[in-house]
Amino acid sequence: MGVAFDSISFKASLCDGCGDCMTACSQAKGGASRISIVPGAKAGSFETALCRQCGDPKCVQVCPSGALDKDGGNGIIGWDASKCVDCLLCTAGCAYGGIAVDESVARVGKCDQCDGDPACVKVCPTGALEFRKAGSIFNEYGAKEDLFVPGLSGCQGCNSELIMRHAMRKIGRNSVLATPPGCIPGMGSVGYNGKTGTKVPVFHPLLTNTASMLSGIRRYYDRIGRKDIVVMALAGDGGTADCGFHAVSGAAERGEKVLYVCVDNEGYMNTGMQRSGTTPYGSWTSTTPVGEHMQGKTQDAKNLPLIMTAHKCRYVATASTGYMEDLYEKLDRAIAASFEGFSYLHIYSPCPTGWRIPSSKVIDACRLSVDSNFNPLWEYTNTSGLRFTHSPDNAHPVSAYVKMIGKYRHLSPDQLAHIQAKVDEQVALLKLMAAESPPPPAAHRAPAGSSTPAGAEPSQPARREIARN
Amino acid sequence: MPEAKYLLVGSSHAALEALRAIRLVDPDGSMAMLTRDDRLPYSPTILPYVVSGRSAPDKVLLRDPAFFAANNCAYVPNARAVSLDAKARAVTLENGEVWRYQSLLIASGAAPAIPPVKGLDGVTYHVLRSLADAEGLRGAMGAAKTAVVLGAGLVGLHAAENMAEAGLKVTVVEMQGHVLPGYFDAKASTRIEDAFTTHGVELKLGRKVVEVAPGKVMVDDGTTIAADLLLVATGVRPVTDWLEGSGVLVDRGVVVDEAMRTNIDGVWAAGDVAQATDFASGNKALIGIIPTAVEQGKIAGQGMAGDSYRKDYAGGLPVNTYRFFGRVALSIGRAAATDGVEAVETASGAYRRLVLEGNRLVGYASVDEPFDVGIMGELIRRRVDLSECKDAFLARPVETGRRLMSEQWR
Ligand SMILES: Cc1cc2nc3c(=O)[nH]c(=O)nc-3n(C[C@H](O)[C@H](O)[C@H](O)COP(=O)(O)OP(=O)(O)OC[C@H]3O[C@@H](n4cnc5c(N)ncnc54)[C@H](O)[C@@H]3O)c2cc1C
Ligand code: SF4
Ligand code: SF4
Repeated sequence: MGVAFDSISFKASLCDGCGDCMTACSQAKGGASRISIVPGAKAGSFETALCRQCGDPKCVQVCPSGALDKDGGNGIIGWDASKCVDCLLCTAGCAYGGIAVDESVARVGKCDQCDGDPACVKVCPTGALEFRKAGSIFNEYGAKEDLFVPGLSGCQGCNSELIMRHAMRKIGRNSVLATPPGCIPGMGSVGYNGKTGTKVPVFHPLLTNTASMLSGIRRYYDRIGRKDIVVMALAGDGGTADCGFHAVSGAAERGEKVLYVCVDNEGYMNTGMQRSGTTPYGSWTSTTPVGEHMQGKTQDAKNLPLIMTAHKCRYVATASTGYMEDLYEKLDRAIAASFEGFSYLHIYSPCPTGWRIPSSKVIDACRLSVDSNFNPLWEYTNTSGLRFTHSPDNAHPVSAYVKMIGKYRHLSPDQLAHIQAKVDEQVALLKLMAAESPPPPAAHRAPAGSSTPAGAEPSQPARREIARN
Repeated sequence: MPEAKYLLVGSSHAALEALRAIRLVDPDGSMAMLTRDDRLPYSPTILPYVVSGRSAPDKVLLRDPAFFAANNCAYVPNARAVSLDAKARAVTLENGEVWRYQSLLIASGAAPAIPPVKGLDGVTYHVLRSLADAEGLRGAMGAAKTAVVLGAGLVGLHAAENMAEAGLKVTVVEMQGHVLPGYFDAKASTRIEDAFTTHGVELKLGRKVVEVAPGKVMVDDGTTIAADLLLVATGVRPVTDWLEGSGVLVDRGVVVDEAMRTNIDGVWAAGDVAQATDFASGNKALIGIIPTAVEQGKIAGQGMAGDSYRKDYAGGLPVNTYRFFGRVALSIGRAAATDGVEAVETASGAYRRLVLEGNRLVGYASVDEPFDVGIMGELIRRRVDLSECKDAFLARPVETGRRLMSEQWR
């Protein structure tokens, strides 16, 4: 398994150009700032030049002195002042202004991420700069035992494999898994020449009864005193929102101690891309075709995670592989909650095949679905109510998201307007629920400058919208 | 008979980059890197700093033996290739050894071009291309009081500066009317020339050396200059002598296509030795700088290893980052162009020249004012249309360039 690295990310839509990051950097480095904020194309918008710590760093390749090198441990391109001859060739290699002349010392200066605690991120008041720890999370869990066998037969680019392998690495061997019909058993989790594709007990319930069977299994383990087993489902949206719903709803209502993970790819993608209850309005599917009489699905999706909050579950959350830190935190809380009551985690999972997106764009789609509020990230508990884990303010218009997905290619302006209205309505409702909720306990509140500013927190001053990109 | 699936002739930027590209897709295929040098890889660009003493010769090596061990590549020093038998897929070395290969990279770089000056073969003169040259020049500087440099290109000026700083009386003779011709326009060059003159270096521009004799140099203006030390830095030419009779097509350098393939199956070429596409004209040209060597080396390596993500070579851009007497001169692209382009010059304290063609940047040079050379190069390479932000770009090129690349990043 390869290694991944933490990175500083910049969100132009949140930057208000205060320049605090530059001041903090030049203080920390005793010279010119390594990050530069510059005016954007529109008045009041801003852009940045910052070292991206490239995987394939051009600056290193063109340096004639060996003064630059990528550290295999933390991924940072380090600069050795004693070897550097000030030829400035590195500045010709970098297309991002990541390494530039520091006129105060007449040498080059570049970002070194301040030993894993970047000064710029700490002072950024808007959350435009984030230090994303996804790399260290990936390394930490990547080093743990993979509980799925190699060679699962998922489609190229499908992020369900990421969800399965990483979630199971985190949950560990003390688990019993149910994978109802869908992509996950289709990939081989329940069958390989008479053997399973998992290293934990796994079974293949009917599409209708997953949550019921898990209830029974949990009760059995409780009876024999095995309190350490996570009893969980990795189910699709069909088996959860449609024909499996009565079982899910019943188990939630009874407060069964189950971790139910729904991997939502918005349809029956495994069996021919039919529509499901969570297929959004306007989507092309094989049963909601696009032609003379029909322009994709004519009904709105049901918001399953929101429905689960109405069951007063112990824990309900939405997550996306576009934001792995967030997903990991939620997995922690979801696992803990599953020993006390019904725990429901809804992971949005774009399907490259059925949605018609290039395999290489799946994670981009995950990000944009969140950044456009199409799939807002939030969590709920029956005691603290609902809170956003990712700011729903400053969102991209939903058109930016649907534009990259083939199943929306035919959308008319009216249909697009309908989708945007639906998104706005959902966010308004969620915001209302968040506002009604008691303030989150201190431990849940994002510290200042943390990677996931909680936009709906009352303590967070409302920031003016800068620009939509 | 030693054999390697991948045989790399040369151990500098182009070959090292090819090694990396090959190992990305083929971690196991046998590989050997041959070099006529007796050391581990180093960059010719570092040599002026070895001459000045700023860099110690043993501190400039780009790779160590552990690197070659980790990459499963045999590093063979003192291995000068003397001939290539393309049919037998074999390279013969000076010591008689014959290396068989499946794919070959010609990355033998360039060597100093020696002009036909009367008397030159009768005197001791220096060139600067290998570490041994640099050490020799450094040694000779100690004993010398006067020096003459032939050529006011990068190598000549670098060396002239070092020697002047070391206290020698230095004269530079250059055929063209200004220093660093091609990279900089006359106005930019004037600033550089002034710095040299101020530091006591005599520049004889638009002049030719007609004859040399031990201890002195005769110039076509009739003067004779004393020279304890003579440095010939009148340009370079690709090292292709060992390819004679091999069938590999050589014009001024080894002619390659957009994939860095030569006309012979299984033979690639990259770096200073290769005559590849010029970005501006689309014609075949020699652009002997590290950025082109690195890019070509990568493309060649990808081709040799059958990497399906290989992209065609888009053509080389001249890039020049030059430090002189603590000051800075930078240029990229057609920075000195005048025909059919729109050039905007500013000179308040620092000098800046922006060259546009149809609202697209094609060249940029500055003296005493840094800019992000890489960003401007990318704007040129991507032919970014600047009409929407032209005023801002001309007024604040660095800020606007950073903004444009920040947008492209997303
Ligand atoms: C003094 C100086 C200053 C420079 N400054 C700059 C600068 O500021 N910026 C810039 O971009 N570029 C600069 N350059 C140019 C830059 O160094 C070259 O473009 C670059 O090194 C080309 O790399 P290469 O791999 O093609 O070949 P080279 O670096 O020329 O390497 C050729 C290799 O081939 C080997 N070799 C040659 N013939 C044989 C043979 N027959 N058998 C086996 N091995 C052989 C050599 O030993 C060497 O390892 C400078 C060059 C010099 C000399
Ligand atoms: S300085 Fe530029 S090329 Fe080097 S790692 Fe940073 S972003 Fe990449
Ligand atoms: S200025 Fe940049 S390219 Fe030149 S030696 Fe220093 S780090 Fe290397």
